[in-house]
Amino acid sequence: MATTTAPVTAAAHAPAESGTGLWSWITTVDHKRIGALYGVTAFTFFLIGGLEAMLMRIQLAKPENTFVSPDVFNQLFTMHGTTMIFLAIMPLSASFFNFMIPLMIGARDVAFPRLNAFSYWVFLFGAIFLNLSFFLGGAPDTGWFGYSNLTSSQYSPGHGVDFWAIGLQILGIASLAAGFNFIITIVNMRAPGMKLMRMPVFVWMTLVTSFLIIFAFPVITVALVFLLFDRLTGTNFFAPAMGADPVLWQHLFWLFGHPEVYILILPAMGIVSEILPTFSRKPLFGYPVVVYSGIFIGFMGWGVWSHHMFSVGLGPIADSFFALTTMLIAIPTGVKIFNWIATMWGGRLELKTPMLFAIGFISMFIMGGLSGFMHASPPADLQQTDTYFVVAHIHYVLFGGSMLGIFSGLYYWFPKMTGRMMNEGLGKLHFWLTILAMNVTFFPMHFVGLLGMPRRVYTYAPHMGFDTMNLISTIGVFGIALSLLVFIWNFLTSSRSGALAGPNPWGGATLEWAIPSPPPVYNFGTVPTVHSLDPLWAKDGAEISRTANQVRGHIHMPPSSVWPAVSALGMAMLMSGMLFGWWVGIPGLVIMLVGLYSWAFEPCH
Amino acid sequence: MAVADVAAHAAPHEEHPTTTGLNSRKLVFWAFLGSECMFFGSLIATYLVYRGRDQAGPHPHEIFSIPFTSFSAFVLLMSSLTMVLALAAIQRGNQRNGAIWLAATALLGMTFVGGQCFEFTEFFYKGLTLQGNLFGCTFFVLTGFHGTHVSVGVIWLWTLFTMAVRGKIPKEKSLDVEIAGLYWHFVDVVWIAIFTLVYLIQ
Amino acid sequence: MADQEHRPHEHSHPGAKEYLAIAVVLTVITAVEVAIFYVPQMKPVLVPSLLTLSALKFSLVAMFYMHLKFDHRLFSWLFVVPMVLAAVVILALMKLFGVF
Repeated sequence: MATTTAPVTAAAHAPAESGTGLWSWITTVDHKRIGALYGVTAFTFFLIGGLEAMLMRIQLAKPENTFVSPDVFNQLFTMHGTTMIFLAIMPLSASFFNFMIPLMIGARDVAFPRLNAFSYWVFLFGAIFLNLSFFLGGAPDTGWFGYSNLTSSQYSPGHGVDFWAIGLQILGIASLAAGFNFIITIVNMRAPGMKLMRMPVFVWMTLVTSFLIIFAFPVITVALVFLLFDRLTGTNFFAPAMGADPVLWQHLFWLFGHPEVYILILPAMGIVSEILPTFSRKPLFGYPVVVYSGIFIGFMGWGVWSHHMFSVGLGPIADSFFALTTMLIAIPTGVKIFNWIATMWGGRLELKTPMLFAIGFISMFIMGGLSGFMHASPPADLQQTDTYFVVAHIHYVLFGGSMLGIFSGLYYWFPKMTGRMMNEGLGKLHFWLTILAMNVTFFPMHFVGLLGMPRRVYTYAPHMGFDTMNLISTIGVFGIALSLLVFIWNFLTSSRSGALAGPNPWGGATLEWAIPSPPPVYNFGTVPTVHSLDPLWAKDGAEISRTANQVRGHIHMPPSSVWPAVSALGMAMLMSGMLFGWWVGIPGLVIMLVGLYSWAFEPCH
Repeated sequence: MAVADVAAHAAPHEEHPTTTGLNSRKLVFWAFLGSECMFFGSLIATYLVYRGRDQAGPHPHEIFSIPFTSFSAFVLLMSSLTMVLALAAIQRGNQRNGAIWLAATALLGMTFVGGQCFEFTEFFYKGLTLQGNLFGCTFFVLTGFHGTHVSVGVIWLWTLFTMAVRGKIPKEKSLDVEIAGLYWHFVDVVWIAIFTLVYLIQ
Repeated sequence: MADQEHRPHEHSHPGAKEYLAIAVVLTVITAVEVAIFYVPQMKPVLVPSLLTLSALKFSLVAMFYMHLKFDHRLFSWLFVVPMVLAAVVILALMKLFGVF
């Protein structure tokens, strides 16, 4: 019920920007701030994971090297994998979900802002807990998939595996909370007129990813429960002597683990689906097909898990079944690739940095997909599995795929988040260094893998044909490190003194480009009504932009709250009490209950 | 200007309009229950996969008392009835009756948990331990998680009871009770699955 | 607005009588299940009949007590899809481990 018809000044009705002190960050429920927190934290862990990789590569630069001991090497590959997957790629994706989803759907925030903050704090505490292991007796050293019964207390008597299992449980809660939040946000908080088939592809991929999270994480939760029960109370879930089957762990882990890899790649695919049209000046080719492929991948991803277990002895029927489903799942992926290429075909290409990374994503992901497809054949995989051939595959899809997609998104949306442009010259340098260095690092791994070099080995004998290629890979890793330095320099200097961006420096089509850069705390002055896909490219695009910037009436933003952080701390303490003892666990329980009850009964939400 | 402000603030707890027209908290709770299906599904799968693999006893048929467990299954089913009656009362604005039915539900839930504790103690004295054999660990972890869920539900119900007694759950806030009800019925439904798959089909 | 899906004039919205009737049905089904367990002649059909009966109890609680029958279909989808997925996972693992 407006009392005037003219747009009222923002100062009169719109909430003021948030404070800047530490407390304002601890109590923030603003999705944009939470996105920034995720991004900075995740990128820090990305660098830590990269350091772990560098140390490994130095050790492997020459045969029979003694740079690190075998025991330290085992901790490095375990933590590198765990860190990159759970502390880097997933939270980097979460950073994008947080920052961009509300903006792209025309919402003022996510459905449950405090739950959103809670997810971040739980992630942070889980990440810290996991990494404490380095200082408290040794990091986990059983590989990032923690196969039983190597992980039993008999064969892993230290606390490393406990840190790993408890750490992942804590992190799992963060992911689950975020998954629930984004499903409801996307389903229930869209701008008027934004039907499902008018949502940006990135939003669709986030929705599919979120469903995968909420259905897959419970399975690994159960697996970790069994592992912790075995280790801490002497049960026999994975004890062969008592009739149990260690392969059960593998089934439960990969029932989670395969959807997990789609959780890792779908967001990057979504990002790239936004960037290619913008820099081809052409709408995405076959939007419905790209969406349906993503949904299809989400469903089919549940039917392929035992392709990680072809060497375990499942039998010919099981092997054949999973080989078939794995080959089938290449189809929707391939479909997306063709649609992306068709988007560029005939377009007016602008090879700016985000576009270079997006195109890089397509080519590197194809390469990773091809080696993946080769794994789909059980006889071939019997040789490839557990060798560097798999390491090549995963790094092409996770670095060449997910990370390039994430970098693409970073360059694309940096102007929106900060209001400034990144330096284009440095961006291009980063890109070319990355593409060159990553191929130098990972391409030789295909060959050493096929020659039989196993993964997770701290050294190798000379004259087996591995020497030169390992050295080349190690040199490549330094190239990656250099490329990251370029990126970090660009990021920091551009944040301070990059050229001012304005609302839509790239001429993008989606709603986030209608509002100022950086957006005001309330995002949209008035939530516009959309009538099509690519709203800013539609006939009423200018009208939509105008509406988005008009503040009409009072805007109520959810107030800050400390209880998500308190609850997160309590929960992390409670879980870590399994390792540290009741003197941490019981206070943690109390703190968590205080946090949760205060959260539930907090007034004025 | 002031009028508009007041109008916007008149119902601070009024839900924002949603795309589907459906309440976000209710939607997220159903999504959560879906996720819990996968959690309990994995626990049940493990129980079923390991069933019959033990060399060492005790074995299910030596331990289970079907009459006892049938009774506690009945108790839990009845608690779903009292739960839905509590919700109906709150939805009619009758907080007194709502409180009574909430208390009844919580008490039946506590009876169930008490029964579980008794049952587990009996099993323990018959030699079934967490560490003893596969039946022990798969059974106790599965039913233990279920019992923990019931216990959390009981605490939730007593909290709502206290609020209803203080008149803090008018019919506009019946969703709070509805969601607790969904949780409670889900926990009941999981027990229906466990009772059949673990106890009756041995 | 929160009650939009309740449609206050819906005549099929259950009341106390219907809830009680369902509780009676649930009790009866449970008794039948226990009877099937004890009656030796039922042994050959024990598994399918118990699975059917418990599925029936499950549905009654979900549709009526959890109100899924009267609510928007989206709620049912949110629950049924993961429930089916869980059932498939259980069956797949049982098959892979040679239970059947």
